[in-house]
Amino acid sequence: MNELVFFINNVVIAGSVTGSIYAIGAVGVTLIFSIMRFAHFAHGDMMTFGAFMVLLLASAFPGAGSAFGVPAALVLLPVAMALTALLAVGIDRAFYKPLRAHGVKPIVLVIGSLGVTLMLQGLIRLFSGTGGSSLYVDDRKEIFRLALPFEGVRAPVVITEPQLWLFVITLAAVVGLHFFLTRSRLGKAMRAMSDNPDLAQASGINTNTIVAVTWVIAGGLAAIAGTLLSLDVTFKPDLSFFLLLPIFAAAIVGGVGHPFGAVAGGFVVGFAETLAVFNWSVLLRPFRDSLPEWLTQAGNLAFVGTEYKIVVPFFILVVILVWRPTGIFKGKVI
Amino acid sequence: MAAIIDVQHVNKAFGGLKVINDCSIQVEKGSITGLIGPNGAGKSTLFNIIAGALPLDSGRILLDGDDITNQPANTLFHRGLLRTFQIAHEFSHMTALENLMMVPPAQSGENLFAAWFTPGLVRNEEAEVRRRALEVIDFIGLHHVRNELAGNLSGGQKKLLELGRTMMTDARVVLLDEIAAGVNRTLLGDLVTNIERLNREMGYTFLVIEHDMDMIARLCDPVIVLAQGSVMVEGSIEEIQNNPEVIEAYFGAAS
Repeated sequence: MNELVFFINNVVIAGSVTGSIYAIGAVGVTLIFSIMRFAHFAHGDMMTFGAFMVLLLASAFPGAGSAFGVPAALVLLPVAMALTALLAVGIDRAFYKPLRAHGVKPIVLVIGSLGVTLMLQGLIRLFSGTGGSSLYVDDRKEIFRLALPFEGVRAPVVITEPQLWLFVITLAAVVGLHFFLTRSRLGKAMRAMSDNPDLAQASGINTNTIVAVTWVIAGGLAAIAGTLLSLDVTFKPDLSFFLLLPIFAAAIVGGVGHPFGAVAGGFVVGFAETLAVFNWSVLLRPFRDSLPEWLTQAGNLAFVGTEYKIVVPFFILVVILVWRPTGIFKGKVI
Repeated sequence: MAAIIDVQHVNKAFGGLKVINDCSIQVEKGSITGLIGPNGAGKSTLFNIIAGALPLDSGRILLDGDDITNQPANTLFHRGLLRTFQIAHEFSHMTALENLMMVPPAQSGENLFAAWFTPGLVRNEEAEVRRRALEVIDFIGLHHVRNELAGNLSGGQKKLLELGRTMMTDARVVLLDEIAAGVNRTLLGDLVTNIERLNREMGYTFLVIEHDMDMIARLCDPVIVLAQGSVMVEGSIEEIQNNPEVIEAYFGAAS
């Protein structure tokens, strides 16, 4: 039973954490793609920017959380979301909009976003330094140890406070986005524009407004993902940049342009990663007496070593694209 | 009668290819004006320029006396200038009814704050729009497919949906780009009847690009013939059909 708890801690919880972060990131990437038809590489650094804003705010108002009994970072998250949304709209106005106005091919925008990535990362490094810092400025990270009521189980299921918040906020963001896209007129206008931009414009939909709204949502989601990730580990200026590739894998796996596909893709990629690096020999330990010796002798039965974790999303990506070239859900239109 | 659309000396080139060449046309208020011409005459380009989908190189366009040169399509929509597309456009992932419901202008739901803070108001408008969309879909005879995804409709039905879209709002001028192409004869009869009714009962002005001469003859007066990017002749359909220049442009020189 202790081995099962180990499995829950290292696969179920760890996979859900990674999956949620990938999911929120991939939803942003996929929304931007479905409206503007280009892969936005600066998304990872928008996430970092959001987390950095939280770090700055939390350093300025370390006591903000105590009134509500939650970490200061969470109370300040909405402000950081607004700032990141502002940054996203600003970046669009300054860099992408002039390119779009010239009618460039999507690849030019992709390369442009790579430039924005480097700029943002440099800018954040300039102010935050290259080291890591905790978003828990003045408060403590709560760790919940849940002992299971079974005979002989000594190890508790461990879950931290930011992880719980991550699950709650991911769920809220996905449900909220769903209602926004299906019920509100603005959301419907977004769907219309992703379906047929010419017709949307000829139907009186202001495509500039829709683009701005898309950036606001993508920026807000990026801030959520970056902050929750930094709460779970620590804030580093290059933290989210390394998530960029799995996030893109998640968006593509789910079907690009399909928000719920992106959520599914996020969890597929997140769990695939954790399952691939999980040491399966732990689960064999209780059966050590009835198994052949060569199997029990192996100390490490992980599919790949932790250092090769980044390979896994791409393996999944290739397999799913061969099996279903449009992603799990048929993508392209919200 | 005054001109509701006044195109003045418009020029447009794609690279070295001059598609619209010092073209001036006037569409009179309340008329159904035909725009014909051989392939490559620049009809659709002129349409796209008037509708704000293409920037022009030089010239001026007036809508009811106001300068609308180079205004985007969504602004023109709210000023009552609507267009349909040569190849029927639809929101393929929405139902026929939802397609129509996307159209109406100036709804508070489109305003970010109203959508979140006054849901009651938005819901009432939504019900009103739905009622109107149901009327329109009856009018264009697509009631039986109203809940089908628009992408699954036939080419002819998509054309009807295009016309329906123009009926969702109080348009002043509607540009119809080959609305009859690919529509069968029976449906075409309905289409023509609907256009005439809209013109008569709602006071819509139409500018119609069409290759179907029967339809032009039945609907349009006057007819403008475009060739090589500028106006060749303008007049009633009889005058056009008997004009030797037009016959030559369409059928080549009678040697």
